[in-house]
Amino acid sequence: MADASPERETPAKPRLLSDPKFRALVFQIIASITVAAFIFFIVRNTLTNMESRGISTGFGFLDRASGFGILQSLIEYNETSTYGRTFLVGLLNTILVSVLGVFFATIIGFIMGVLRLSSNWLISKLAATYIEIFRNIPLLLQIFFWYYAIGFNLPGPRQAMSVGDSLFLSNRGLYIPAPVFESGFMATGLAIIASIVAVISLVRWARKRFEATGQLFHTVYASLAILIGVPAVVFFSTGAPMHLDYPALQGFNFQGGVAIIPELFALVLALSIYTAAFIAETVRSGIQAVSHGQTEAASALGLRPGWILRLVVIPQAMRVIIPPLTSQYLNLTKNSSLAAAIGYPDLVAVFAGTTLNQTGQAVEIIAITMSVYLVLSLIISIFMNWYNAKMALRER
Amino acid sequence: MNFKRISVLTAAATAGLMIAGTVQAGATFDAVKKKGYVQCGVSTGLPGFSATDDKGNWKGIDVDACRAVAAAMFGDASKVKYTPLNAKERFTALQSGEIDMLPRNTTWTFTRDTSLGLNFAGVNYYDGQGFMVSKKLGVKSAKELSGASVCIQAGTTTELNLADYFRANKMEYKAITYDSSDETVKAFEAGRCDMLTSDQSQLYALRIKLTDPNSAMVLPEVISKEPLGPVVRQGDDEWFNLVRWSLFAQINAEEAGITMKNVDDMMKSADPNIRRILGIEGVKGEFLGVDDKWAYNIVKQVGNYGEMFERNVGEGSALKISRGQNALWNKGGIQYAPPIR
Repeated sequence: MADASPERETPAKPRLLSDPKFRALVFQIIASITVAAFIFFIVRNTLTNMESRGISTGFGFLDRASGFGILQSLIEYNETSTYGRTFLVGLLNTILVSVLGVFFATIIGFIMGVLRLSSNWLISKLAATYIEIFRNIPLLLQIFFWYYAIGFNLPGPRQAMSVGDSLFLSNRGLYIPAPVFESGFMATGLAIIASIVAVISLVRWARKRFEATGQLFHTVYASLAILIGVPAVVFFSTGAPMHLDYPALQGFNFQGGVAIIPELFALVLALSIYTAAFIAETVRSGIQAVSHGQTEAASALGLRPGWILRLVVIPQAMRVIIPPLTSQYLNLTKNSSLAAAIGYPDLVAVFAGTTLNQTGQAVEIIAITMSVYLVLSLIISIFMNWYNAKMALRER
Repeated sequence: MNFKRISVLTAAATAGLMIAGTVQAGATFDAVKKKGYVQCGVSTGLPGFSATDDKGNWKGIDVDACRAVAAAMFGDASKVKYTPLNAKERFTALQSGEIDMLPRNTTWTFTRDTSLGLNFAGVNYYDGQGFMVSKKLGVKSAKELSGASVCIQAGTTTELNLADYFRANKMEYKAITYDSSDETVKAFEAGRCDMLTSDQSQLYALRIKLTDPNSAMVLPEVISKEPLGPVVRQGDDEWFNLVRWSLFAQINAEEAGITMKNVDDMMKSADPNIRRILGIEGVKGEFLGVDDKWAYNIVKQVGNYGEMFERNVGEGSALKISRGQNALWNKGGIQYAPPIR
């Protein structure tokens, strides 16, 4: 044994390179250094070249006055606001489109996904046709279609279609009355918050009672009564401190009220219909992933078909649906940047478009814009991962 | 082992980029001479300035700015390649070296000249911003336009002037900004906006794109100064000089009465001014790094400024714009070039 050990040790030294662990480490270090050097080189090269060409750099431009108007803004904005403000306006417009898009896409997608599995031949084929058509046409073309087909074929503001002189639909958009809150509205606002809290505790109490005693309590009607009744009583007892601001034709356009511009309408419509087609397929696959035995078992236990879907199938299907659904939400958010094509003032159009061109700070602005989309996507991912963990099968 | 190959490739790519990165700014002149053509950034289609005709050839006074430079440098005005750009892309394309010069109805402003690393080589068209409205509206003046929706092209000085004008006159407006001028015309025609605003010259050009050009009218107000001219990158004065003097040569030629037709006869002229412009005596092309007959080549192949104007935007074109401010300084306009001597 004493003879054998040096024999084993001598070839051990050259083995260092053929040791897979060591080799892996070396290559990882080399790769990391290369990547770091590459990034360092790119940044330095950009800065040097920009300086040698006399292009100004830095983020100071965000404090300068913008001097241009924006079609739609959720916050106070005018021509004297700063470029930093244009960034916020664009960002909020992007978030608005994304939130509305996700909301409608989810609803349409779930309905279509369930209809796709309907035993009614006509309904299931209609759903299939919808999915196949909208999934396979490029999104940009769909946006153009809705914008030009709907936005451009409506009558002008002077010939606007109207409902009772309070709703106006024209090629300038849909104008609806805007609520104007007066000083005493605070009480109603508090009443709304209080009734929401009350409904949440009611639902919790009902669930606890159901689990403990098996007795059902119809929370739907009680909740509705609380949600509508309490604020209504407070609202009228404080003397109805709110009135509506009706839109009216004045000069070239409608003044007053809230305007839903055709650009926003076309964009949300196109994004939700397009993404819903993908969500429908995700929902279908999720439902089909639940074994048929589960449905049969539930029905053998005497559950009604609606309950089977709600209590047995959907909870299990959600585990399959959520991960791809997250990707669809991410896609929708990023696709909203196509807004620039139809003049909707989103982040790309306002900030990476007009602001970039007026200031010429391309590198900074594109970097900010890319980080914003990254952060938005990460937030959606984090939320959906949390939701996924919550919905995951709990093993006891 | 794949890992190793990737690392090697990355290293090679990095080295390659380093070499590319060390190419110095200020070498545009040499680079253009070496590759044998001028890469010219133009609009995506603006009749009179830069647009393709029915045979697919680029035409317009901005196109002619590039052709003049090519004529001066290579003695051949056709040695130009075109890159169509929208308003938002144009400066980045020039800054990054994708194009050599940018004559793209671009307004010379303080910010653009000083903070973008660019230089304006001259003014080939004096313009001003105006409004086009549908005749149906019955509007006679821009002052009646409070509350109007305005179609506009993104990334232009127009957006800023519009805001200034409405603010100064205490009027309201809603701006709908599109990427290309074609889209603004489409939206204007569909009634999405009450008026379209742009440089006056462009309004005339865009008006003939309407299905019924007579349904719209251009209002008399001109609300801004828009000196349009070719732009080059900072850092190559040789190239800047060539672009600038190619334009000046055209203006000087018009002033001296040298035209495409008579330029060969003019070579025999005794007038010392004409002899200097045509490179027969006194001035040498080598100061610009080009042939002595550089100005002769420009006039022979592209024409003098007046000929270029009439052919593209003046009476000889569909736009029928009068010379106005763009007439020579001694004919009531403000086009003026330093002497060639």
